[in-house]
Amino acid sequence: MTEGGAGQSGRHSAAYGRDGTAHAVASPVDLGDLGASRTEEVVPEDVPPLTEQTRREVREIMARYPRPRSALLPMLHLVQSVQGYVSSAGVALCAEELNLTKAEVGAVVTFYTMFKRRPAGEYLISVCTNTLCGFLGGEEIYAAVQEQLGIHHDQTTDDGKFTLEHAECLAACDYAPVVTVNYEFYDQQSVESTTALVDALRAGDRPAPTRGAPLCSFRETSREIAGFSEADRAATALVGPSVGEPSIAGLRLATQRGERAPAGGASATAGKDA
Amino acid sequence: MPLTPVLSRRWNDRESWTLAAYERTDGYLALRKALTMQPDEITAVVKDSSLRGRGGAGFPTGMKWGFIPQAKPGETSGPGLKPKYLVVNADEGEPGTCRDLPQMMNDPHSMIEGIVIASFAIRAHLAVIYVRGEAVHALRRVRAAVAEAYAAGYLGNNVLMSGYDLEVVVHPGAGAYICGEETALLDSLEGYRGQPRLKPPFPAVSGLYSSPTVVNNVGTLASVPPILLHGADWWKQMGPEKSPGTSVYSVTGRVVRPGQYEAPMGTTLRELLEMCGGVREGHQLKFWTPGGSSTPLFTDEHLDVALDFDGVAAAGSMNGTSALMIFDDGDCIVRAVGRWIKFYAHESCGKCTPCREGNPWMVQILDRIERGQATEEEVDQLLDICDNILGRSFCAFGDGAVSPVLSSIKYFRQEYLDHLTPGGCPLDPARVGERALAGSRS
Repeated sequence: MTEGGAGQSGRHSAAYGRDGTAHAVASPVDLGDLGASRTEEVVPEDVPPLTEQTRREVREIMARYPRPRSALLPMLHLVQSVQGYVSSAGVALCAEELNLTKAEVGAVVTFYTMFKRRPAGEYLISVCTNTLCGFLGGEEIYAAVQEQLGIHHDQTTDDGKFTLEHAECLAACDYAPVVTVNYEFYDQQSVESTTALVDALRAGDRPAPTRGAPLCSFRETSREIAGFSEADRAATALVGPSVGEPSIAGLRLATQRGERAPAGGASATAGKDA
Repeated sequence: MPLTPVLSRRWNDRESWTLAAYERTDGYLALRKALTMQPDEITAVVKDSSLRGRGGAGFPTGMKWGFIPQAKPGETSGPGLKPKYLVVNADEGEPGTCRDLPQMMNDPHSMIEGIVIASFAIRAHLAVIYVRGEAVHALRRVRAAVAEAYAAGYLGNNVLMSGYDLEVVVHPGAGAYICGEETALLDSLEGYRGQPRLKPPFPAVSGLYSSPTVVNNVGTLASVPPILLHGADWWKQMGPEKSPGTSVYSVTGRVVRPGQYEAPMGTTLRELLEMCGGVREGHQLKFWTPGGSSTPLFTDEHLDVALDFDGVAAAGSMNGTSALMIFDDGDCIVRAVGRWIKFYAHESCGKCTPCREGNPWMVQILDRIERGQATEEEVDQLLDICDNILGRSFCAFGDGAVSPVLSSIKYFRQEYLDHLTPGGCPLDPARVGERALAGSRS
C-alpha cells in the first residue's frame, strides 16, 4: 500500500490516500526519479559517494553467477548499503557494469520494496499490518509509531534516524504481532513494547532483537544482505537467537507426551542435547 | 494423531544450525548413502515415498525430478545435454506461512543436504537458494552453513571424493511476494522484475537460463535426507497413502499457544487445537485458513477435515503450506478479507490486467462495505470481479486473491449484509474490545 500518492513503487497499480483508502487507479508504469529525466534527483549532502571499492565489490557479486545479470538484486543491495538508498548514481553504476540501460535497471529497482528511493533512516521500522498481525495489535502499533515519530509510510524523520513502513506478512505469524527493525525480529509486540523500543533507539540504545543478530544500521544490514560482512560482525551476528517458544511448541509437547516419529533404519538421535 | 517431529526435530538443539550439531544427529549420512546410488535410483526412492512439494501446490517431488531431460548415450544434441539447475524456493511470504524461516534459521544443513542429494539425482552442478531478502537471519545462517559444507567437502569439487561437483549460490531477494511463484522467481533470479512466465514450457524443460530446472521448496528438500536414510516405507507409515509424511503445521492467531506443530499429514484442526490449547478463552472458532491466505477459508464446520492435499481439496479448499490462521467470533470477516485483498493489490506484479485492476477495485468495495457505505449490489459485484480474475491470469496469484473473497461470501454473506445496515460492522473494533474485556472477566 503506497500512501501519499503514486510513484513510490512502480509495482503497484493502485494508490492509497493517507487514510488508507484506495483512490484513483494510477498508471502501473511510473519510473519516478529513476531511469527517466522527469524529475531532478536531489542528492542530500551527507550521502557518501560510490567508490572504486563499491565497483570492485559489485564485480565480486557478478562473479558468483553464471550470467552477470543474475547479480543485479544483490548489487542493488550493495549500492544501497553505501548510500542508504538506490540513487541515480547507484543505478548508473549497476547499468554500466552489466551493460544495461539505466531504464532497464530502474525498472527492476522500482519493482522491489526493499530498494529505497530516498535515503532511509538509520533504523527501518517495519510493522506488519497484514490481517493476522493487524488483528492481534499490529494496526494499533503502526498507528502509535506513526504518532510517536510524526511520519507515515515510507517517510523518514528529519534527523535521519527512522524510516517507517507498514509491511506485508513477514513470515513470523506464530510470533504475531511482529515488528522488525532493519529486518531483525521483535516478536509478540504491543503498543507499549514497540514505543519503548523506538524510545530506546532514539536515546542511542540498541535493544537486542527477540530473534536475530545484534542490531546494526540499515546500511550495515544492506551490506550483509548483499553478502558482505566484516569478520567481527559475522561472528557475533551468527549466534543471535533464532528460536522462541512458538517455534518449539510442538517439540515441547511431543517430549511431554512421549510422542515421536516412527523409528527409522538409522538411529534418530536428535534432541539429545536439547 | 501423535506429534511426529522430523523436519523440526533439531530446532531446539544447542547451536542446532552448526555443522557439528547436524553431524551429531545423523547429518549428511543420507548424502553418503546417496552417493553410492545411481542418480535415477534416488529419484525412484523419492517417487516411491510419494513425497509432495511442501511449497503449496503439492506436486509429486520425484515426478518433478524425473521430468528433467537427461542425455541418452551417443546423443549429440537436445535438451538433455544442456546444463541442469536446482533452484530452492526460500522466498517465504504467503500470509500465515512461517515454517521455512525457522527451518533455515535452526536447521539449514537439513535443506543443504537435500540440495546436494536432489542436485546429484537430476545431474545439476549448480544450485541456487533464493532466500527472501527480508529474512536476514535466515540468510546469515544459510550462508554460514553453505560455507561450512564447502569446507567439509559436502559441496564444491568432488563432493566426498565421489567425483561429483556442485556449486551452491545463496541469493537474496528484495521484497516481492510474487517471487515465490516459481517462474517469477526465475525471472527475478535472472535479474529482471519478478513477473511470472507463461507455462508451458515448464521449468523442467526451460527454467533458469532456459535450461532444465527443478524448483523445490525448503521443506521439500529438508524431507529428502530422512526419506533416503530411513526409506520410502518409513515415510509412508505417516499420513495418508496419497500425501504421506509429516507436515509442519503453523497454527497462529487466536489460539492459546501459537506455534509449529509437526504431525502426520491428515491431522485435523480439532486435534491441532487440542495441542495448542484451543481458541482464546471466552471465544469460539469462526473462520480459518487451511494453508495460507490464498486458500479458501474454512469455518467451524471443518474441524474434522483431514489436513492433507487430498482431504482439504475434497472439502473445497487447498492444503497449501499448512498455515492455519485462526480467527474467532471477535473478528470481523469483512475487515479480515479487506486486509488480505490490500495485500494482493499491493503485491500483484501488474502483468495481467484482471489481477492488476481487479484487486484494487475489490479493495475499494471492501473498504466501503466495512464502513457501511456500500450497497448489497456491491457484494455481488465482488463475486463478479472474482469471476473475472479467477483463471484469467498467467499465474495462480489471481486465483489465490479471490479465495478469501469467494469463500467468505459463501459462508458469511449475512455478515457482509449486516455491515450495510445502520450501525455498520456488528463487530466494530471498539465494541469488540468491550466484549473481549467482558470475556476475560467471566
